[in-house]
Amino acid sequence: MSTTPVLEARGLTKRFPGVIANDSVDLTLNKGEILAMLGENGAGKTTLMNMLYGLYHPDEGEILVNGKAVKMDSPNDAIAAGIGMVHQHFMLIPVMTVAENIMLGVEETRGVLAKLPMLGRLNRRAAAVRIKELSKQYSLDLDPDDYIKDLPVGIQQRAEIIKALYRNADILILDEPTAVLTPQEADELFAIMHNLTKQGVSIIFITHKLKEVLKVADRIAVLRNGKMVGTALPADATQASLAEMMVGREVILQVDKSEATPGDVVLDVKDLVVKTNRGQIAVENVSFEVRAGEILGIAGVQGNGQSELAEGLTGLRPIESGHIQLSDRDSTHFLPRQVTEMGVAHIPEDREKHGLIMAYSIADNLVLNRYYQPPFAKGPVLNQEVIDQNGRELVAEYDVRTPSIYTTAGSLSGGNKQKVIVAREFSRPVKLLIANQPTRGVDVGSIEFIHNQIISQRDSGVAVLLVSAELDEILSLADRVAVMFDGRIVKTLPIAEATRERVGLLMAGSET
Amino acid sequence: MASSTPNEVESKSFRERILRPLAVPLLAVFTSLVIGALIIVFTAENPAIGLDKLGKGYWGMFEGAFLKRNGILNTLVVTSPLILTGLAVAIPFHAGLFNIGAEGQFIMGAFTAVLAGIYLDLPPVIHPIVVMLAGFAGGALWGLIPGLLRAYLGAHEVINTIMMNFIAFALVSFAVRGPFLDPNTSSVQTYPIQKTAELVRISGRFHIGIFVTLLVASVVYYFLYKTTWGFSLRTTGHNPNAAKYAGIRPRQQFVLSLVLAGGLAGLAGSLEVQGLTHVVTTGIRAGYGFDAIGVSLLALNNPLAIIPAAFIFGALNIGGDFLQIRAGLSVHIVSILQAFILLFVAAPSIVRYLYRLKVSGGVAEGAPVTRGWGG
Repeated sequence: MSTTPVLEARGLTKRFPGVIANDSVDLTLNKGEILAMLGENGAGKTTLMNMLYGLYHPDEGEILVNGKAVKMDSPNDAIAAGIGMVHQHFMLIPVMTVAENIMLGVEETRGVLAKLPMLGRLNRRAAAVRIKELSKQYSLDLDPDDYIKDLPVGIQQRAEIIKALYRNADILILDEPTAVLTPQEADELFAIMHNLTKQGVSIIFITHKLKEVLKVADRIAVLRNGKMVGTALPADATQASLAEMMVGREVILQVDKSEATPGDVVLDVKDLVVKTNRGQIAVENVSFEVRAGEILGIAGVQGNGQSELAEGLTGLRPIESGHIQLSDRDSTHFLPRQVTEMGVAHIPEDREKHGLIMAYSIADNLVLNRYYQPPFAKGPVLNQEVIDQNGRELVAEYDVRTPSIYTTAGSLSGGNKQKVIVAREFSRPVKLLIANQPTRGVDVGSIEFIHNQIISQRDSGVAVLLVSAELDEILSLADRVAVMFDGRIVKTLPIAEATRERVGLLMAGSET
Repeated sequence: MASSTPNEVESKSFRERILRPLAVPLLAVFTSLVIGALIIVFTAENPAIGLDKLGKGYWGMFEGAFLKRNGILNTLVVTSPLILTGLAVAIPFHAGLFNIGAEGQFIMGAFTAVLAGIYLDLPPVIHPIVVMLAGFAGGALWGLIPGLLRAYLGAHEVINTIMMNFIAFALVSFAVRGPFLDPNTSSVQTYPIQKTAELVRISGRFHIGIFVTLLVASVVYYFLYKTTWGFSLRTTGHNPNAAKYAGIRPRQQFVLSLVLAGGLAGLAGSLEVQGLTHVVTTGIRAGYGFDAIGVSLLALNNPLAIIPAAFIFGALNIGGDFLQIRAGLSVHIVSILQAFILLFVAAPSIVRYLYRLKVSGGVAEGAPVTRGWGG
């Protein structure tokens, strides 16, 4: 690996009203290296990348590509300078083929009108030939004629990478590329990344999974509160040291928990069938039980029916067939409010869509599903004093970082939003907790806190159903692991038998 | 670790709570008056005449709306239905719906009120109240239908409330010409309501309806912000998914908001009949239900702020006549003023840019002003 810098950022500063998102950030990317960008949510990773990709204009500082200062006013400038970006959410059109998606925006045309703007005939064949060359050169297996909608996520990601290479990018920015992949797919991606760097491509790899960083990065840069706190080499770093750099204090990564002591069955699910919004079967004949004082983890790659399962159990989605037994009552067709009143806490998958009202104060959000009950209401009249008092107490108890309880939920950071939900759901007596992606997009410090809260709920006799796409989360919290694939629970393992490899294979559907 | 800071941030200052939200609406009105002035000056034969017309016109407007014999009272007479129909737009806004049907609901309320006023025989104090309830019910029915269509069939309320307006126009037009036509007069109108159903007039056209209206606006404020019912309704408007999660049934809230809205617009129609017209004519279409959209927007959908907002619109309407009498200017100048007010309130960034206002951060909570087509 040479040490020729291909991309340099010098003193980049970006201010938004009330915050300095990036404060004089320096960054160097050398030719042929994988530079991992670590940082908590809101540390400024996205802002920095958006400046490098021409989406934001820096207030101060300059960007150099191959030693020359470049002015980036739009992604077109970045692409012209050889910078390509693969976004976390793919920018692909499902009903078009791989080739069509890749050529979109840089179409080659043929025919008599080819010289005229917008009028030439598309030259799909030329594009397909070039894509095949690229896929051979970088060993990215891909068929240009496949439709995107028919491809698994891992392959779609390859199409995104080729899309950048097709535009002659030799600097790639990958924004949390492993968030949507199975462990096996992630390993394949890492192999591809090494292949790319061997042939001179330089990669910035954004993530907050510490394990991956140590595995693939050549160098690690850490951002905290908009400032570059330093770089590290994987050989000298440990997960704990990186977490400390990110958070600025020591973080306990290992969850400390004792053996579970399961009690009575709290949730008993039999042959449950739930459909998606489009009427396709999402959950197919799923049966399981959760006992008091244990955590059942549902592992699986996103989109294998876990969301629909959680929504079905909480009354948010109609049940097609099957039975749900909650303690001694049949709750199959309960409304959400009945489920809540039965003593079920629910941390929803998407906190902004389901969990919070962004324009409401923290205090009001903390009573979102209890506002109509005493002591928060007297008859139909809200008791704002009690609601505010409850808010003050919970904000202190759950360490929600906010200037006041009247601050709107929308202005909190991701981790603090999640703490508001956790505080609300854990502050009332429950017997079942359904936690769906409880730490998604949450910083390391808050993850630690939320994990400990879940464990202490379990220890106090609550039955916990933990749904997570983070295999590490499942493996460190759950007492039993059920793996969902294609709407079915393919296997339930005691935690002792649930190795990373075995669960990973089950998640990919290649073992039963 | 206690990180909630004590009182200094917790009690929001007067400045934050009252002045800041007022800035944009007030500056919108002011800026519109300035633009209106420019239009008057520059569309005149020459600027000198224009300035003269401007002075006479704007002074005339002011005098007509506030000073002239009964000026302020006349303004209050038109403010009253604007408050109620404004509320009829604001309540559905809080539930995330856009009610363009206040006009139709107003007409239906006027119509059912007239029927109750003609055919029921009741003692004085009771009769007006029953007539008001009848008006409320007539409007509420006109809100219930698009509410049910929206909640259970997903049919967009904007389309359906507009359609309900046309049905109301046609229905009342038919009723007035046909079955309920009063043969004793030469004009096309219903029989008059009985004396017992009328509202007391204090001076000129000024009747006691506005006191009912002010009471209703306060009740609506209390309902929206201080009760669990209002909490459910506003939660639905902000985020129907989270409302569902919280155990609220968005469909019920959609129906409830449009029923209440229709009822209030209907009450406005009823008060209009009881206090002023005593009959329904085809001229009952006064456009209050459409001006109401502007009133509600200007008030940022706050039930109490609707009172001054309706007063501003009312003053412009009454004063507009004097614009014509005094300066020979077109009454349409008033429509232009109102249109600019709406433009600036709907696009507050223009006003913020003009006056270098900062965006208020993190504290204020307004109603969602429509979440777009099909939302």
